[in-house]
Amino acid sequence: MNSHLGYGFNQQQVEFFNTVIQKGEELMKRILTLFIVLIAVFCLAMPAAAAGKGVVKIKKGEPVHIAYWFVISGPNTSLGMDTVRGIEIAIEDFGKKIKGHPIKLTGEDTGCGPEGGQAAATKIASDPSVVAAIGSNCSSAAKPGVPILWAAGIPSVSPSNTAPYLTDPKRGDGYSGYLRTCHNDTVQGAVAAQFAKDVLKVTSAATIHDGSVYAEQLAQVFAANFKKMGGKITAQEAVSPGDTDMRPVLTSIATGKPGLIYYPIFIAEGGHITRQGKEVSGLEKTKMMGADGIFSPDFYKAAGEAAVGMYHTSPDFSAFPAAYKDFLKKHQEKYGKKPEAPFHAHSYDAAMMILKSIDKVGVAGKDGSLTIDRMKLRDAMYATKGFKGMTGTLNCDKYGDCADPRIAVYETNIDNIKKGEMPTMPIWKPYK
Amino acid sequence: MFQRWKESITPTDIVMWLIGGTLLLMVIWGSVATLVAGKYTGRHWIDFVIFGLAQGSIYALIATGYTMVYGVLRMINFAHGEVFMSGPYTAYFVAAAMYRSDFLDKHPFTALFVIFVVAMAISTMIAYFLEKIAYRPLRGAPRLIPLITAIGASFFLQYMFRGLYGSGFQAYPVIKIFEGAWVIFGIRILKFQLVVIVAAILLMAALYSFIMLTRAGKAIRAVSEDKEASSLMGINVDGMISTTFIIGGMAAGAAGVLYALMFKQVHFFMGFIPGIKAFTAAVLGGIGNIPGAMLGGIFLGLIESVGPSLFLDGLGIPAPYQLKDAIAFTMLVLVLIFRPMGIMGERLAAKKA
Repeated sequence: MNSHLGYGFNQQQVEFFNTVIQKGEELMKRILTLFIVLIAVFCLAMPAAAAGKGVVKIKKGEPVHIAYWFVISGPNTSLGMDTVRGIEIAIEDFGKKIKGHPIKLTGEDTGCGPEGGQAAATKIASDPSVVAAIGSNCSSAAKPGVPILWAAGIPSVSPSNTAPYLTDPKRGDGYSGYLRTCHNDTVQGAVAAQFAKDVLKVTSAATIHDGSVYAEQLAQVFAANFKKMGGKITAQEAVSPGDTDMRPVLTSIATGKPGLIYYPIFIAEGGHITRQGKEVSGLEKTKMMGADGIFSPDFYKAAGEAAVGMYHTSPDFSAFPAAYKDFLKKHQEKYGKKPEAPFHAHSYDAAMMILKSIDKVGVAGKDGSLTIDRMKLRDAMYATKGFKGMTGTLNCDKYGDCADPRIAVYETNIDNIKKGEMPTMPIWKPYK
Repeated sequence: MFQRWKESITPTDIVMWLIGGTLLLMVIWGSVATLVAGKYTGRHWIDFVIFGLAQGSIYALIATGYTMVYGVLRMINFAHGEVFMSGPYTAYFVAAAMYRSDFLDKHPFTALFVIFVVAMAISTMIAYFLEKIAYRPLRGAPRLIPLITAIGASFFLQYMFRGLYGSGFQAYPVIKIFEGAWVIFGIRILKFQLVVIVAAILLMAALYSFIMLTRAGKAIRAVSEDKEASSLMGINVDGMISTTFIIGGMAAGAAGVLYALMFKQVHFFMGFIPGIKAFTAAVLGGIGNIPGAMLGGIFLGLIESVGPSLFLDGLGIPAPYQLKDAIAFTMLVLVLIFRPMGIMGERLAAKKA
């Protein structure tokens, strides 16, 4: 039937095929147009990208805007507030003005996680008046946040991101506007492993991380170093943020009979592990060791007296220059208390570094305006050498690691818990 | 017979069974491999089970609140996790004051009684007003509206308590008589865990007998079966719904104190995760069914504690405890594939669906 149309199709079917072909052609045309437009946009965008990151022009009397993105809510609030105070003191010490312009400081909350980091960075990046950013506190927040800021031409200096990834040569271009004034965890993990092996004389250890970039990488560095020194890693466990019942995971770890558990995690989960470690059979004699993320009075609140006798790796305050004493005095006067977390001085240095770099590259116009070239600002920050900071002498390398890392080991005693204050003198340090 | 069975099967069923079968096989394979490897001794397994029972009985107590509200109102009260948080968080201030004045160490039982009363009173009050202010005006509204309101109420309560008490942690004082461990029949059990398990069982028994044996309980059951018919029979339906919230709030407040005894920390966000877990437990047991919720809670607690070691160690998966939530929810999927109404949901299916 209907053989005159060929292939045995009827009239209706052929019409249908024709419309399909027609529609297909229309679609192809549309796709082609879209493609051409995209190419045109790309070509236009290329020279703009090559020319740098643009400039910030600040009119006469208007402030120089610096933003921080820290964790200022949730269990790790003390970490964030501590660093905010560092910036505030730095701005006061700088004289509250850059080339006649006042300094404006605003902040966003990262919540110490990737989602919060992304949201905070996006908010800061959408404000064209922001010259530079300080943050984040947690490496998990920095990982998605830094590329967003740098895409908007905002360089960011972190006082407390310690994960090795962020200044790794393979980190990618999105991070080339990123620097940090704190140590890299390749140093902290090695110090912890050396202390465990040489001073505590333990031969086996277990690690616990919480899936965050910071904890996972630090636990990894510790394990690698400990193995290299001839120690045995019995387990590399992990918990999730928000977990409360750590007894099962600790029981599982206890089957390997480790001499030490290294858990470089955050306050809530760290507190549970510290308390519950004492209750699990097989871990009564196991030594407990945390890192700088839980070196805070809030951690003592969370862990209670179970924290007595545990060790922390953290920056060595006794190795800070003499100016640090003045800083502590100012802190006491301004806020009526001692610093609550380990990174206030690093934050002070981060802010000072940014302010001095702006001072260096900012061009004052005749009408009293100030023009800052974003790319030049970034280059000036990376060129920081021999900078006498609150944490020692800062020298930035080409990946943005600026710290003079001095990591020491602290031990908690009953007085620390009762007063809710961190120990001030380290019990051991790897250098003289 | 066989013909009819064959006709009632859809392709979806077959896919679901395949997924279920694969999961089940993995679970069995993992467990056998773990047991053969012999990394854990019998004592370890007993420890895991006790940890799971203690955690599970807290889930069970919270889950009863979800399930009872679902029974009478057919809505998920997502703010129940905050009802759970409000009691022990408020009672913390009482506990801390008693700790500072040494009252807690001298009269631990009186102190504990006071803590329980304060926590249960606050949680009950919050639950009562939650129903009265947020849910009652929406009684006639479509089902989605109270659900959204519940989520809003949950945020409101969370941040209200954050505003009241701050965003930091508070460490519950340690009650010294409950520290350490007892050895019963050669099994080492931490004192406070035994206290938690026993207290939870007593509370659940009391709650269940209230529902089954008293007049008010009978009325609640009647309301949950048919609101209109019960109001024709002279039952005060609104009153019974309030009673349900009050009982759920009391159970949540008590669960909160037990939680604080176990983990010794309170925080404004502490209700969120236990709330989600308890909701899961209620679904697992068959939502609307009280014994089902209790069973679901204990099952969930056990799976969380035993599961990672039992199922994943044998498969050679590193850091299994990070996956404990994944395991818990996989179990939920498994149960729902083979029993879509939950473990004990059959009677509900026949009567109310």
